Amino acid sequence: MALLEIRDVVKTFGDFTAVNHVSLSVEAGEFFTLLGPSGCGKTTLLRMLAGFEQPDSGQILLDGKNVAGVPPEKRPVHTVFQSYALFPHMTVAQNIAFPLKMARVPQADIKARVDEVLDDVRLTQFATRFPHELSGGQRQRVAIARALVNRPRLLLLDEPLSALDAKLREEMQIELINLQKEVGITFVYVTHDQGEALALSHRIAVMNKGQVAQLDVPETIYSYPNSRFVADFIGQCNLLDATVVAIDDGKMKLEIEGVGIAEALPVAGAAVGARGTLTLRPEKIKLGASLPAGDDHEVHFKGKVHDCLFLGDVTIYIVELDNGTLVETMLPNAASGRARFFDDNDQVELAWRFDAGHFVLA
Amino acid sequence: MRNNRLAKWLISGPPLLYLLLFFAIPSAIMAFAAFRFPGDYGGLLPLMDVNPDTGKTELLINAANFREFLTLENFARFFQEPVFFELFIKSFWYAGLTTVICLVLAYPLAWLIARSPKKHRDLLVLLVILPFWSNFLIRVYSWMIILGPQGYFARSINAVLGVIGVGPVQLLFSHFAVILVLVYVHLPFMVLPLYANLEKHDMNLLDAAQDLGANAWQRFWRITWPLSLPGVWAGAALVFIPALGMFAVPDLVGGTDGIMIGNLIKQQFLDSRDWPFGSVLSIMLTLAVLMLAGLATLIGRGGKRNAL
Ligand SMILES: Nc1ncnc2c1ncn2[C@@H]1O[C@H](COP(=O)(O)OP(=O)(O)OP(=O)(O)O)[C@@H](O)[C@H]1O
Ligand SMILES: [Mg+2]
Repeated sequence: MALLEIRDVVKTFGDFTAVNHVSLSVEAGEFFTLLGPSGCGKTTLLRMLAGFEQPDSGQILLDGKNVAGVPPEKRPVHTVFQSYALFPHMTVAQNIAFPLKMARVPQADIKARVDEVLDDVRLTQFATRFPHELSGGQRQRVAIARALVNRPRLLLLDEPLSALDAKLREEMQIELINLQKEVGITFVYVTHDQGEALALSHRIAVMNKGQVAQLDVPETIYSYPNSRFVADFIGQCNLLDATVVAIDDGKMKLEIEGVGIAEALPVAGAAVGARGTLTLRPEKIKLGASLPAGDDHEVHFKGKVHDCLFLGDVTIYIVELDNGTLVETMLPNAASGRARFFDDNDQVELAWRFDAGHFVLA
Repeated sequence: MRNNRLAKWLISGPPLLYLLLFFAIPSAIMAFAAFRFPGDYGGLLPLMDVNPDTGKTELLINAANFREFLTLENFARFFQEPVFFELFIKSFWYAGLTTVICLVLAYPLAWLIARSPKKHRDLLVLLVILPFWSNFLIRVYSWMIILGPQGYFARSINAVLGVIGVGPVQLLFSHFAVILVLVYVHLPFMVLPLYANLEKHDMNLLDAAQDLGANAWQRFWRITWPLSLPGVWAGAALVFIPALGMFAVPDLVGGTDGIMIGNLIKQQFLDSRDWPFGSVLSIMLTLAVLMLAGLATLIGRGGKRNAL
């Protein structure tokens, strides 16, 4: 039995549907992420799990029991708020002790358990500080410690890292993964940062306009997006309008508008004549001044460099194909002494294996 | 660096001057007066006089005769006669009770205003301060009419009491009337600082507390109340201190039994014209308030950091 089961939940505000028939289940011990653009209903869904909002229809089951009507203070679910919401009049230790006191844990145990989580989040020497005496990252860790200390069945985290700068965010991501492994508590994590979602999660539900667009493990979401929206939202992706022109054993021929014929893996539901999008990650495209003719699994195109974006470890090359279509590719700057390989207007060749791209129906 | 200091002086100069002129110097004059003798016709025994021979103003007091001009007797009188101390206790009791009742009434009101829709709040605050638009004495006189034996209020109360067999009570000229009117007069001074504080509270904290298992009562007692303490202290000071020195209200609605320390001080200065003793009473009152404030600060400070 799944730890958390969301069954066909709908939530509307006035005539606006914030969460639209969402169903999903989360296993115990999982790091589950809700990923989606701003306003897609992530916070609303999380608030329903915490008990601050009631679904208009559908059910939320925790350990198989419907939690409808159970107020937030009675749910074994704790939240790390985006704004941290630390109590300013309490020290770090008092903040962390708060949920234990509410649960009437004996005073003697409180101290031991506070000390234990303080150690987990490496804040032992800050126990007697007040929140305003801490840095952003430290406050973040207090918020997580406070939500974890009473060992909730489910920990909800609403964009917990969004207020931190990039460097600190990366450090905290690693800490979060380790912490989750260590305590074994189920995390439901909300973010609109796709990189963060891919790095942290066991599974991701990509949300769009109140609905779950795709739910799968990060590798699948990244490599086999099931829609143009998911492909576009997760990472960099070339989206080439295409029509299926032929299907034979294990391969599908696509007519890419204005470019030519390319091959791809067949997908369920795509018949000859179906229109859709070939999604192609930049790093899966080979780029060179002249590429050796590969086996017949490869597609080849010629073009010229339109733009270069030097990112340090890699350089992004935007290549203009002969007919004007722009394709994004990248090369790692691996060769010593060479910062980049091409310049604007250099003639180049592109190639990709037939299974590098992934066709999605429009 | 120099500019900086100049700027500091320019900014803090006027308020300092104001405090010096209208607080420090008058207080010093009054403190000095407490050690002097009353004059023959009241006021203070003069320390200098015009010499009829020379026509010049001369200092009468000197190292040899200063005992004729300065004395501790006024203080001795204050400490010897228990009636003054009792009046102090009574006044502190009145002012304290007024403060507590104001707090109990004002807190829910301020909370409701702070939680009401933004567009209504200004109007509600305006309603709280509306009574200030009419004269203080008129408001107190109105209470005399309401509480007077002919007033509907007193008559209905007594009618109800009559039913359960309790004799008619006099509402006006009683302790009850003093407290009631003191509360009425000072209530806005409690509401406003409380409102200003409660309005700024971060609602996320209450959500967080609830999420972490706190019920409504615990959310109030552990989050809202401690965070509102600055407002509570501000309101308490704004109510307690003026209420303590109040003489008009006990004068008008308190009758003979309802007088407070303010009445006595006023009496010393205006009726008996014993300025030195009036000064002693004022100083003792100020000292008592300062001690109370110091005590409150000490209690407020106590080692919270290491508690769990
Ligand atoms: N209490 C409310 N009343 C009316 N509309 C609301 C309310 N709460 C949320 N909404 C609307 O529901 C939609 C989803 O909001 P939600 O906060 O869940 O988005 P989100 O995915 O968390 O976005 P973000 O990444 O910006 O936090 C938004 O369009 C929002 O305006
Ligand atoms: Mg949100």
